[in-house]
Amino acid sequence: MTDLSYTSPRSGSRTANILLRWALYIMLGLFALFYLMPLFVMVITSFKSLDEIRTGDLISLPREVTFDAWRTAWSGACTGIQCEGVRPFFWNSVLIAIPAVLISTLIGALNGYVVAQWRFKGANLFFALMLFGCFIPFQVVLLPMARMLGLMGMAGTIPGLIFVHVIYGLGFTTLFFRNYYVSIPSELTKAAKVDGAGFFRIFWSIFLPLSLPIIVVTVIWQFTQIWNDFLFGVSFSQAGTQPVTVALNNIVNSTTGVKAYNVDMAAAIIAALPTLFVYVVAGKYFVRGLTAGSVKG
Amino acid sequence: MTKWLEEHMPKLVLAPSFIVVLIFVYGFIAWTAWVSLTRSRLLPRYEIDGFIQYDRLFASPRWDTAFTNLFVFGFLFIVIAMILGLILAILLDQNIRTEGAIRTIYLYPMALSMIVTGTAWKWILNPGLGLEATVRGWGFEDFTFNWLVDPDMAIYTVVIAAIWQSSGFVMALFLAGLRSVDQEIIKAAQVDGIPTWRVYTAIIIPAMAPIFLSAFIVLSHLAIKSFDLVIALTGGGPGYATDLPATYMYTMAFSRGDIGQAASSAMIMMMVVFTIVVPYLYSELRTKDD
Amino acid sequence: MAPILEINNLFKSYGSVEILKDINVAIEQGDFLVLVGPSGCGKSTLLNCIAGLEPITGGQLSIGGKDMTHVSPKDRDIAMVFQSYALYPTMTVAKNITFGMKVRGVDQATQDEKLAHVATQLQIEPLLNRKPGQLSGGQRQRQRVAMGRALVRDPKLFLFDEPLSNLDAKLRVEMRTEIKALHQRLGASMVYVTHDQIEAMTLATKIVVMKGGVIQQIGTPSEIYNHPANLFVADFMGSPAMNLIPAKTKANGKGVEIEIASKSGDPITLIDTKNKDLPEDVILGVRPEDIADASLRGGEGRQEADCLIDIVEPAGADTFAVMQLGGKHVTARLHAETGAVAGQNLNLVFDLGKVSYFAPETGERLN
Repeated sequence: MTDLSYTSPRSGSRTANILLRWALYIMLGLFALFYLMPLFVMVITSFKSLDEIRTGDLISLPREVTFDAWRTAWSGACTGIQCEGVRPFFWNSVLIAIPAVLISTLIGALNGYVVAQWRFKGANLFFALMLFGCFIPFQVVLLPMARMLGLMGMAGTIPGLIFVHVIYGLGFTTLFFRNYYVSIPSELTKAAKVDGAGFFRIFWSIFLPLSLPIIVVTVIWQFTQIWNDFLFGVSFSQAGTQPVTVALNNIVNSTTGVKAYNVDMAAAIIAALPTLFVYVVAGKYFVRGLTAGSVKG
Repeated sequence: MTKWLEEHMPKLVLAPSFIVVLIFVYGFIAWTAWVSLTRSRLLPRYEIDGFIQYDRLFASPRWDTAFTNLFVFGFLFIVIAMILGLILAILLDQNIRTEGAIRTIYLYPMALSMIVTGTAWKWILNPGLGLEATVRGWGFEDFTFNWLVDPDMAIYTVVIAAIWQSSGFVMALFLAGLRSVDQEIIKAAQVDGIPTWRVYTAIIIPAMAPIFLSAFIVLSHLAIKSFDLVIALTGGGPGYATDLPATYMYTMAFSRGDIGQAASSAMIMMMVVFTIVVPYLYSELRTKDD
Repeated sequence: MAPILEINNLFKSYGSVEILKDINVAIEQGDFLVLVGPSGCGKSTLLNCIAGLEPITGGQLSIGGKDMTHVSPKDRDIAMVFQSYALYPTMTVAKNITFGMKVRGVDQATQDEKLAHVATQLQIEPLLNRKPGQLSGGQRQRQRVAMGRALVRDPKLFLFDEPLSNLDAKLRVEMRTEIKALHQRLGASMVYVTHDQIEAMTLATKIVVMKGGVIQQIGTPSEIYNHPANLFVADFMGSPAMNLIPAKTKANGKGVEIEIASKSGDPITLIDTKNKDLPEDVILGVRPEDIADASLRGGEGRQEADCLIDIVEPAGADTFAVMQLGGKHVTARLHAETGAVAGQNLNLVFDLGKVSYFAPETGERLN
């Protein structure tokens, strides 16, 4: 805590100080409103009827709360020709995210363990190559990946999307685990080697039990990334296998029929709920992942 | 045999990832680079034909818009998000009792999909029913806010939504940075009677230079990759007024069936990232090896 | 009997950097070998090579008479105590100690028995169910647990990698005594790495002094102390360090006349009757305790000289007097009741029976 506000001895009288504090809290409150406003608008809009939306304003509470929009968004809204709401796509996202998160986390843990604790010639080069892989704009792999998925018979399938997410998630998962394991003294590995433990035994008995915090960080990071992904989803899926972000975009931008803003908002909230939930439950780890992904070493 | 396995296990474990990265990152980049030098259209062709795709690209007014937009959007987004993030971090660093809650509020947009963000702001900025209508409803009949449908202004709506989404993250970075400054230096400054604002400008902020760099890298990276937000908020429109290289590439690849253009625009994006990220990564890795 | 540890022509390099050059060491059962040297001298790398944690580039290494050059650490029948103790953080003390046995598939009954034995021996029974992070007794308890993990294995060879360097000065002395007692009780063979020459002197039965990846001298503590092989060893071992004084020699009827420049003007002349074949320029190495008050000592090989005392440092049991000879600060360890006064001349006696001579160009010992 920098704690400068109290201690500065020349900051004038007590009243000035109190005024300053008030100003501070008001500013913070206004910013909080700025960040909350869109969510608030989304929620209230989703509970309004279309008529009320056309006549009322953005931030007035619904006169009459209706769940119709939610029902439609979940199971009736049209995404192009299909009119089943976001439900099937929501489950697609679940089916994509869970295996992709687990696999990429596991491989990342093993990679990080090797790079941090079993240094050998070329391990650093490997790490540098991986790290750079985190930063490439994915547009540069989009075309060949589309062809590769076709060659592998996975074009437009959920396993195909899982595959893509695992591959391009590896850079970050390896980075997370590597940075975590690098802070564990290498003497631990040496001691275990002298004790007779091998590569996997050391990983399983010593490193994995230590890894809960970084596993949580990595799982949350990967889950958020994969759930929120749009580029891969829209590029490599077809009608039945689209993730929820793609479905949401299709609902919002469908040009047929009346624009049902309340349904759009309900669908958007549904699409946002899982990551919001994770954020609320494990925000600390979420932030740690964000900062770990940007401040290395 | 077991001894051989034992000795080479670390390499064996790393090998699949290594091969995957080699093929799916570097191999694919090479493929894209190759194709960007051919006359590929609907199907890829592999006879190298010089820089024809790049010539086409830079002759295209649409790419011109997209590329200009990248710099307008990127510049505003990075600068404003950094300033806002820094201000928020300093405000929050003043021993605020409800800091945890406020931080949670500032940061939650980062957990949302850009598609959700785009959808929300599209609704808010809707000229007929959104903010404009609301403010008019309050009695300001002449109030107009139709940036979303104004080709000259639409790109700024993308900036607004992007800042809304990412500035909380910048705040979190800066806050961590403020907290990591050596407290003894700050105490020494206070003992010397240096005013608070001078402590910030002369001591704390300069000490956070690496954090500024990190924030800049992450934000510029976000800016270059921005695709979802534009798709959801403006769809690249009106017309192609808010196209970015990312949406241009996507359109060429999947709607226009112009693989050559898609590949060459992707390569340009790649090069922009290169010029920003490579020096950074290089210095990061080098200092770590010491 | 075959040596318990034998290292022949061992080389180790990382890429083009040679870390260890032509290392040859052998110890017998029950020996306490200390590898000592300044940081970066390769002593820890050598220990890691003995443990099998680092592959060696060339040479041969055997433990208990068996070639272990390419054997992995787990099959070398060794146990190791690390500088940071390297306790497994998620395991209890008991599990830390038995982990090695568990990995090797030792049956539970034997594990329990050995654990109980070691726990009694080290008096750590109350700690067995705690995790390393919960050890309230700090470094001392952690150190004990690390020792327990090594002891329970009952190996052919114990390896210690600076196990005391994380302790404060007082605890370090205590634990040093404890390790020495343990060694005497077990009669085990140990290899111990330290940068602390006092630790080396007090613990070792055999010392290897290293510098720049090269062995400077191997010997018993007394050999190392009294007959340092070169200037480096002379300077490194002993505290306060051996005085190394540039001097000129001249043949003389009875022996060799040694002339040392003095600050006061007239050089000091000493006559050595024992060492005859000395070059003209030498560096005279004399331990502080071999320069004493003339009034208190006399006899063969002892040469008196008047010296101007610069500084007097009383240190309780001893008093150190510092003077300038041959352009160097020279320390004498005098009796506590010495009459030395700063700025005055004092008649001191040099014990030439114990001095060392070094060649100024090579630094090698001459006598």
